[in-house]
Amino acid sequence: MINWKVILNIAKTHLLTKMKSTVTASLGVTFGIGAYITLVSFMTGLNEMLDSLILNQTPHIHIYNEIEPSDEQPIALYQEFEDAFNVVNSVKPKQSQKKIHNGLPILNYLKKDEKVYGATPQLRAQIFYLSGSIELGGNLVGVDIMEEARLSNIGDYIVEGTAQDLKNSDNGILLGDGLAQKMSLKKGDRVQISTIKGDVFPLKIVGIYQSGIAEIDNIQSYANLKTVQRILGEAQNYITDINVKLYDINEATTMAKSLGKQFQVKATSINEANAQFETGSNIRNLITYAVSITLLIVAGFGIYNILNMLIYEKMKDIAILKAIGFSGNDVQLIFMCQAMIIGVLGGILGLIVGFVLSKLIDNVAFETEALPTITTYPIDYDIWYYVIGISFALISTFVAGWLPSNKAKHIDPVRIIRGT
Amino acid sequence: MDFVLETKNINKYFDQPVKFHVLKDISLGIRKGEFASIMGKSGSGKSTLLYILSTMDTDYTGELFLNNELITGQKHGKLSQIRNKNIGFVFQFHYLLSEFSVLENVMLPAKKLGEKSLAEIEHDAMEKLRMLDILKLAHQRASRISGGEKQRVAIARALINNPAILMGDEPTGNLDSHNSENVFSIFKRLKEEEDLSLLIVTHDEDFAKRTDRIIQMEDGRILD
Repeated sequence: MINWKVILNIAKTHLLTKMKSTVTASLGVTFGIGAYITLVSFMTGLNEMLDSLILNQTPHIHIYNEIEPSDEQPIALYQEFEDAFNVVNSVKPKQSQKKIHNGLPILNYLKKDEKVYGATPQLRAQIFYLSGSIELGGNLVGVDIMEEARLSNIGDYIVEGTAQDLKNSDNGILLGDGLAQKMSLKKGDRVQISTIKGDVFPLKIVGIYQSGIAEIDNIQSYANLKTVQRILGEAQNYITDINVKLYDINEATTMAKSLGKQFQVKATSINEANAQFETGSNIRNLITYAVSITLLIVAGFGIYNILNMLIYEKMKDIAILKAIGFSGNDVQLIFMCQAMIIGVLGGILGLIVGFVLSKLIDNVAFETEALPTITTYPIDYDIWYYVIGISFALISTFVAGWLPSNKAKHIDPVRIIRGT
Repeated sequence: MDFVLETKNINKYFDQPVKFHVLKDISLGIRKGEFASIMGKSGSGKSTLLYILSTMDTDYTGELFLNNELITGQKHGKLSQIRNKNIGFVFQFHYLLSEFSVLENVMLPAKKLGEKSLAEIEHDAMEKLRMLDILKLAHQRASRISGGEKQRVAIARALINNPAILMGDEPTGNLDSHNSENVFSIFKRLKEEEDLSLLIVTHDEDFAKRTDRIIQMEDGRILD
């Protein structure tokens, strides 16, 4: 039979009379948890920002027609050389078009798939930007801009003009920021482009596009799909890429495989395309957790130390409690209660401190050329970090309290009272 | 025979620093309402015996009965309960919880027992304090009162659960003669008015002589 009221009352009295130790121990936990929350929120915020920089520009599944040599050369079909060792020199890519065969039916099929959040057609064309007598090599991507804006965050990267402006303009172009600077062009100007075949077209700049990645901004521009088809002199079913966004990113790999087989096209998933990227963010997460756990363990040792000291000071009290009929378990509970009260108070305060610090960091200005949409340091306010934080506070105080309180449980009152 | 406390052939050894036979075949009984004292030189084993009788020391052979019930071999949790309910203990050095008030100190064993409501316990505690003439100290911190007063508070605490027996380990050993006299008369009154059994270890011959029965110990044996 455990009399919680009595035990809690004794624990409370101990804590209140040793206010200094209590505050020190609680602050240890507060510091550990607060630092953990701040660190993990900030680090994952940064990670997510960096990830999204790349990942949002990468579709979950990218379908295109790869120009590559045939797996089987014609000689392999020739029965007379079946058992021979054939050497083919100077293998050339298979003769095929850049466009996806049956592109529009595939697109329609994908749009009906319930796992697919959206699919957009693209037409990538090699072009030259003409500036007087200078020719700058680059890409023009024909897109369904409104669908693109819905599925990716391209809208964030249009620094001048809007996606709607492009849609409304029959011969508009969203010029890359690097290109605009090189050619001293601004919104509303005209830019001449030339196809590989040599046809020249004037396009009106309806907006400027800045992804933050210089390699893209220096060569790539966007225009409406139909505009690019017209420039290239191709039919309306001519598309070179299909970008697919899924509801669940984890299905990307399997779905890419089956799509590739089904339609005889190249389909790569985001995981393949960004394998090295994943590794980077995993390691950053690992470092975050290593540092956080270290902080929490240090806090745990603080609690252990202070409780140990407290129990040493309270040796006589423990002996009296046992002499007047408190059992070892009661005594242990008294000290465990103290540890848990320290843990709960320190932990909750730590969550608040962590939240306030995160908020502070969130409001610090952080402006960089590379990231047009970011104005302050990124913070990830995931409720799970707070749940993990408080759980760890409780677990570590429990462990830190268990060892000394277990010692208190086994103290022999006779030895204390007789002074041996 | 109606013994409150009875032992049969209790033996105890100390292992350190060398193996030592402290208690040799101790058999004794305390009757209800008896005021007994244990006397003996230092090292005769009288305190050791008392702590075995108090159930705090369980490292012995032989049998211990409380109210004709075998105590030996019970689990620690059960022993704590028995101690809480049936045994009041007074030490040489008052041993109060210094952070609590006098009243809280007295109430603590009853709260642990949990048989009465808080209001009843408080009423009982006030009664005990009144009986021992220290009612005015009730709300003082235990660390702020004098030695004689502390010992009376300790007696009040030992009595709060109306135990079967009150044990004392030199309860007057640390007090001046006036306070010693005071404590003795309290014990005497408890025996006469409440029919309480008492077993007191003491060095004080005057104190012992005025008790009902003196148990003399020497070299771990009881002398008759």
